[in-house]
Amino acid sequence: MKKYDTPLLDELEKGPWPSFVTEIKKAAQKHEAAADELGQLEKSYKTKRGYWKHGGIVGVLGYGGGVIGRYSNLPDEFPGVAHFHTVRINQPSGFYYKSDSLREILDLWDKYGSGLTNMHGSTGDMVMLGCKTEALEPFFAEISSRGWDLGGSGSALRTPSCCMGASKCEWSNIDTMNLANTLTQAYQDELHRPMWPYKFKFKIAGCAVDCVASIARADCSIIGTWRGDIQIDQGEVENYAKQGMDIKAEIVDMCPTGCMSYESKLEINNAECSRCMHCIAKMTKALGPGPEKGASILIGSKAPIVVGSLLSWVVVPFMKMEPPYEEFKDLADKMIEWWDDNAKPRERIGELIEAKGMRPFLEAIGVEAQPQQVYEPRKDPFFFWKDEDLG
Amino acid sequence: MSAQWLTETEAKEKRQTDIGPPHYEKFLPPVIKKNYGDWKYHELLEPGVSVHVANSGDKVFTVRIGSPRILSTDTIRDMLEVADKFCGGYIRWTTRNNVEFLTDKEETVKSLKAELQKRGYSVGGIGPRVSNVVHTQGWVHCHSACTDASGLVKAMMDEFHDYFVEKSLPNKVRLAVACCVNMCGAVHCSDIAVVAVHRKVPHIDHELVKNMCEIPTTVASCPTRAISPDPGKKSIKINADKCMYCGNCFTVCPPVDIHNPENDGVAIMVGGKVGSLRKGPMFSKLAVPYIPNEPPRWPTVIKHLKTILETYASHARKHERVGEWIERIGWERFFSLTGIPFTFQHIDDFTFMRDTLRTSAAFKY
Repeated sequence: MKKYDTPLLDELEKGPWPSFVTEIKKAAQKHEAAADELGQLEKSYKTKRGYWKHGGIVGVLGYGGGVIGRYSNLPDEFPGVAHFHTVRINQPSGFYYKSDSLREILDLWDKYGSGLTNMHGSTGDMVMLGCKTEALEPFFAEISSRGWDLGGSGSALRTPSCCMGASKCEWSNIDTMNLANTLTQAYQDELHRPMWPYKFKFKIAGCAVDCVASIARADCSIIGTWRGDIQIDQGEVENYAKQGMDIKAEIVDMCPTGCMSYESKLEINNAECSRCMHCIAKMTKALGPGPEKGASILIGSKAPIVVGSLLSWVVVPFMKMEPPYEEFKDLADKMIEWWDDNAKPRERIGELIEAKGMRPFLEAIGVEAQPQQVYEPRKDPFFFWKDEDLG
Repeated sequence: MSAQWLTETEAKEKRQTDIGPPHYEKFLPPVIKKNYGDWKYHELLEPGVSVHVANSGDKVFTVRIGSPRILSTDTIRDMLEVADKFCGGYIRWTTRNNVEFLTDKEETVKSLKAELQKRGYSVGGIGPRVSNVVHTQGWVHCHSACTDASGLVKAMMDEFHDYFVEKSLPNKVRLAVACCVNMCGAVHCSDIAVVAVHRKVPHIDHELVKNMCEIPTTVASCPTRAISPDPGKKSIKINADKCMYCGNCFTVCPPVDIHNPENDGVAIMVGGKVGSLRKGPMFSKLAVPYIPNEPPRWPTVIKHLKTILETYASHARKHERVGEWIERIGWERFFSLTGIPFTFQHIDDFTFMRDTLRTSAAFKY
């Protein structure tokens, strides 16, 4: 059904990249809501402003999160999007799907929703875009009876996410998908019932390449790493050289710690290696991570609001990461408890650590000070002493 | 299909809570399941095709396509048809909204790729090039958006399409768009990113503030302490000199409306990355402080992005990310090479000021 002329949006159907406008038009064939979404969006393109209201309290029975209320500011003009809520469905680890299972969701979304999705939202959930209030509960009953659940929203644990890890990547030092799934299951209450000062995110990367951007976007970043020597296949090193790779320029000279040399074969002084992944990533056939696998635990990253962007800081340089992950869960519980006890509303854990200092945080979670936690010691002599420090 | 369907009453009876997502093992292709955690190496075969080789000798080929992130149910069904025909019904998304089709048969790759292209999909996005853009909801669905995201992404990816399907760059270039400074995408650590910004102090509807907002929370929401109570009006007041237009007050108190179509627009940030390779993760830094919103195709934004990407492509050394290249040549050279004017907005007067002012007499002209 074509309800509106959309000359501005039509421009965005031109060009080689797939068009989201075409997607909304496709959904508008079947759904009044998608048709009105298109109409309201065209108006935004004309007037250069959005017309969505803040979310109100809306959700499914027994949950405080997982649904984000969204209402149009122009319900009379665009009744199809008068309410147009987001439903976050918790994605399976690694974003793998099977067609029959995914088709069930698509069919249900055509029955109850707008026919529009985001695959996926920035946090990882499958995002169902545009649900009427009265359809939320039946849609949830249907998907949950088929084995699917909602993700997190609001001041809650957000849906843990991970890279594809051991499923397809030889660099993965930990089973990211298993860990993400285990944490998701362990923290169901915290995911679905917002009860914290603000959001909290776990992101899990198998190695320092960090395909899931954990170091930039997770309150707790878990990044796979190793101890011991990088595995070398000198024959494959030779093959790279034969195929024209300039090993000195591309590998040795680009090593940030200068711990490599190459004459007739590649030598690595592993004690000086900082495990940055450059050489392994460029010589996939010849080099591999060392034998003792685990993860570094970092804390505190977030985007700019409120006091500027933060990257995660190293807290635990190395921890074994094997099921059932009790050591990690104990640590996570302590971190979250300290934050929950001390934070102001809308204060992320990184901001709280900045406000209170790293020492109180480390003491609360029972972690010793270690040089791996800093780039360099402080530049000023204004430090605190406690009586027990004086000996 | 209908045989499996429950009635609404049955669904209600079988309704469950807190079960979490389906276990991922259910959805893993047999070759992935068999070789889980036992991979030897992987290689890029073409811009959109890679192979992962297991210690067992098994191979899995990946054919990757871009998606506009907003997908209709019908388009996903179309993708599933391809997955059924070539991949045993298995399909995977990536963290950057690409879609991956996996097969363990080398002979399938060619016909799989041809089928995807025949259906209009762009195959590419792996290796040293542009991948899909991580982005936010924009005017499509977000209350705090001050630009659109999907439209900007469409205009960007049309422009950079060659760099997705074919052309190489010195290293990968990760693009991102955020429709406000809340940044529900990793704009703050992307190679080249667009972030929407406000430039005017919010307008306060005092009547509504009185009824809808908690004054102490609204006052506390301001990172620069520009907001104070206005007891006379039972509302708040804003010290315009201190306001940096972050919009946090609007998020906790909607009647403090920061939207301003004439003055809202976008900034361009460059040089961020998340991986630790060679250099540690880096924040994106400001390249262009403001470009007005120019829907539907944001031509000035695209012009700047193109200049930055092409200057990087022709000047960076092999394997250098955008941020590494700029660090090597220096920011003064970045501005002279790109021709982007340097303004007062480029000098930090917020959180990172101390770290960013130059403390050396060694610099370039």
